[in-house]
Amino acid sequence: MTQMTFARAINAGLRKSLENDPKVILLGEDIGALGGVFRITDGLQKDFGKHRVVDTPLAESAIVGTAVGLAYRGYRPVVEIQFDGFIYPAFDQIVSQVAKLHYRTRGAVKMPITIRVPFGGGIGSPEHHSESPEAYFTHTSGLRVVTVSNPQDAHTVIQQAISCDDPVLYFEPKRRYHDKADVDESVDPHSAAPMDKARVLAEGADVTLVAYGPLVKTARDAALAAADEGISIEVIDLRSLAPVDYDTVVASVRKTGRLVMTHEAGQSGGLGAEVAASITERCFYYLEAAPVRVTGFDIPYPYSKLEMHHLPGLDRILDGVDRALGRPNSLSGLEG
Amino acid sequence: MSTDGTGQDGADTPSAGAPSTDAMADIHGQGRGLVQLITPSGERVSHPEFDPWVQDITDEQLCSLFEDMTVVRRIDVEATALQRQGELALWPPLLGQEAAQVGSGRSLRADDFVFSSYRENGVAYCRGVDLTDIVRVWRGNASSGWDPYSINMATPQIIIGAQTLHATGYAMGIQNDGADSAAVTYFGDGATSEGDVSEAMVFAASFQVPVVFFCTNNHWAISEPVRLQSHIQLADRAAGFGIPSLRVDGNDVLAVMAATRVALDRARRGGGPTFIEAVSYRMGPHTTADDPTRYRDANELEDWAAKDPISRVEALLDRKGLLTAALKQQVKDRADAVAREMRTGCTTMPEPQPLDVFKHVYSTPNSWLDRQQDHYTRYLASFGDPAEAVSEEGAR
Repeated sequence: MTQMTFARAINAGLRKSLENDPKVILLGEDIGALGGVFRITDGLQKDFGKHRVVDTPLAESAIVGTAVGLAYRGYRPVVEIQFDGFIYPAFDQIVSQVAKLHYRTRGAVKMPITIRVPFGGGIGSPEHHSESPEAYFTHTSGLRVVTVSNPQDAHTVIQQAISCDDPVLYFEPKRRYHDKADVDESVDPHSAAPMDKARVLAEGADVTLVAYGPLVKTARDAALAAADEGISIEVIDLRSLAPVDYDTVVASVRKTGRLVMTHEAGQSGGLGAEVAASITERCFYYLEAAPVRVTGFDIPYPYSKLEMHHLPGLDRILDGVDRALGRPNSLSGLEG
Repeated sequence: MSTDGTGQDGADTPSAGAPSTDAMADIHGQGRGLVQLITPSGERVSHPEFDPWVQDITDEQLCSLFEDMTVVRRIDVEATALQRQGELALWPPLLGQEAAQVGSGRSLRADDFVFSSYRENGVAYCRGVDLTDIVRVWRGNASSGWDPYSINMATPQIIIGAQTLHATGYAMGIQNDGADSAAVTYFGDGATSEGDVSEAMVFAASFQVPVVFFCTNNHWAISEPVRLQSHIQLADRAAGFGIPSLRVDGNDVLAVMAATRVALDRARRGGGPTFIEAVSYRMGPHTTADDPTRYRDANELEDWAAKDPISRVEALLDRKGLLTAALKQQVKDRADAVAREMRTGCTTMPEPQPLDVFKHVYSTPNSWLDRQQDHYTRYLASFGDPAEAVSEEGAR
């Protein structure tokens, strides 16, 4: 076990992948000498060379598009998109090429591309630096979408994503980059829990609280606070956003009868809508209350002094828990 | 090669036989001339700079290029007929572009890799594609015709210009591997307006990777003339990226071959990318669903018909005394055989099965999709005949 930050844990995972597979190649803006704006690739170019850790010109579509060509050639590219809000110029290459080429070529061409995206808010940044674009990609067939909430997962899942033969979007909760925890670097990614499995973090009896990425910590804190009030919350870290591990969520909701889902992204058409619908379909007769979503608003990401009003915090999550439990809450008395 | 990479000595008038129609009368007919080795009337003109690149082409090989172009045209005509007969949903004709495709396609090595648009079926033919695979997509039986690795040619791209990035990335891989092969990407004049094409040239120049940008300027992007895409000659755009370029008569199979060989040679020697503008003309519609009479002048078509890529080689062979009855018969037989094989392959192609719709979305199991497939399998099983399940009027 080594204590390390979230950022260092990803770095160590990337290093292992570079060591283990000569076909792994990193592409991105400022990932070389600088080590990336968040230092996730710190030292990797120095140790693996400019041909394996490639500083690219500033063109996101080209970063992803050349990764497609490299994959055609048998490489396993790992792309860094510098910030969530910068991924849109690459949208066509991701959605029309990366996601579809395996299907279009009837399985002849694999696209084992990992696209790393620092995402989410809470760091006081200017616009385009705090977005949560995951639903665009969970809606796109052919992609796998994962996110991690702790340094151990960050370290293991990045290696699983890279070794996966399908394209993977790997969302990194940037406001947790400096969180520290023990990481066991000897964990074998192949025998660890698969990246598309959700994890029950805390067992509980009254409500199932589903979170992912940056809000997993908030959700755990909320569960601890609720315990003081005698409310038992089962916290699930979704980990994989496409596909969602419904078996784990269904088993929990069948036990608790209540679902609260939280994410930073806006509500409409978000992942919470998908989970609420699927859980309603699969657990309708077990549900004691309508599923509750506690999410960001349907607004452009706000300027930083107001961002904490947009982001679901501990109390907003608990307000949602109260709604699910039929306890007095901010919407009490409001119809529909 | 001239050091500025233009491949020309700054001539400000087109070489003999260069296009001079209305569409070309503005900026696209000015400036740099075209590299030309065979005039439209079939005269072999000498060009000190480019002659050496095709010096090895024997009479026999010239006959073979004539055959290739004739066969490619026959494939195109046959596929158009298949579409008219309801056997194909759509077809993108390449009529008039045979020299650009055969001249370049026959310059490639087996270990080079092609990233093309949907119109380069003549290149696919040169790569040795199975004839049935050419029409598989257009019949609606698959999203790609061939296994890209079987002929080292990617599945053709419909998103305009996107493949130029794939070629550049592939070339980055070639460079990393220390190989001396090249990636070649084909795209049209319309594609040069796409951001992806510019980005590809930026990356290719920065990393000096072995990629050839082969731009077929066929003058039309559906209904939009090339002058809407660019205010300068397309080849001149490359200079802004620091990429040497060649502007070649795209209806001259030898000139195209010479230019492609120049570019490939540079790529193999570590000299980086080259941009080729092959000036040609789309004699047919954009696709079989298009109606060019709505937007272009019949005179233009006539002018270009006079510069036909096949007739000029035929005339050259005639001048050289090579156009024998035996050759004509041999070429005709080959074209007929190819057309027959393609037609049979098309009409006897096995139909895809309903559950194939789920295949290959992922290469590893996916719980979301597996569940949908399971549910749809059950749904289909509730019908006697799966075809009933999708009848428009319903079966229940």
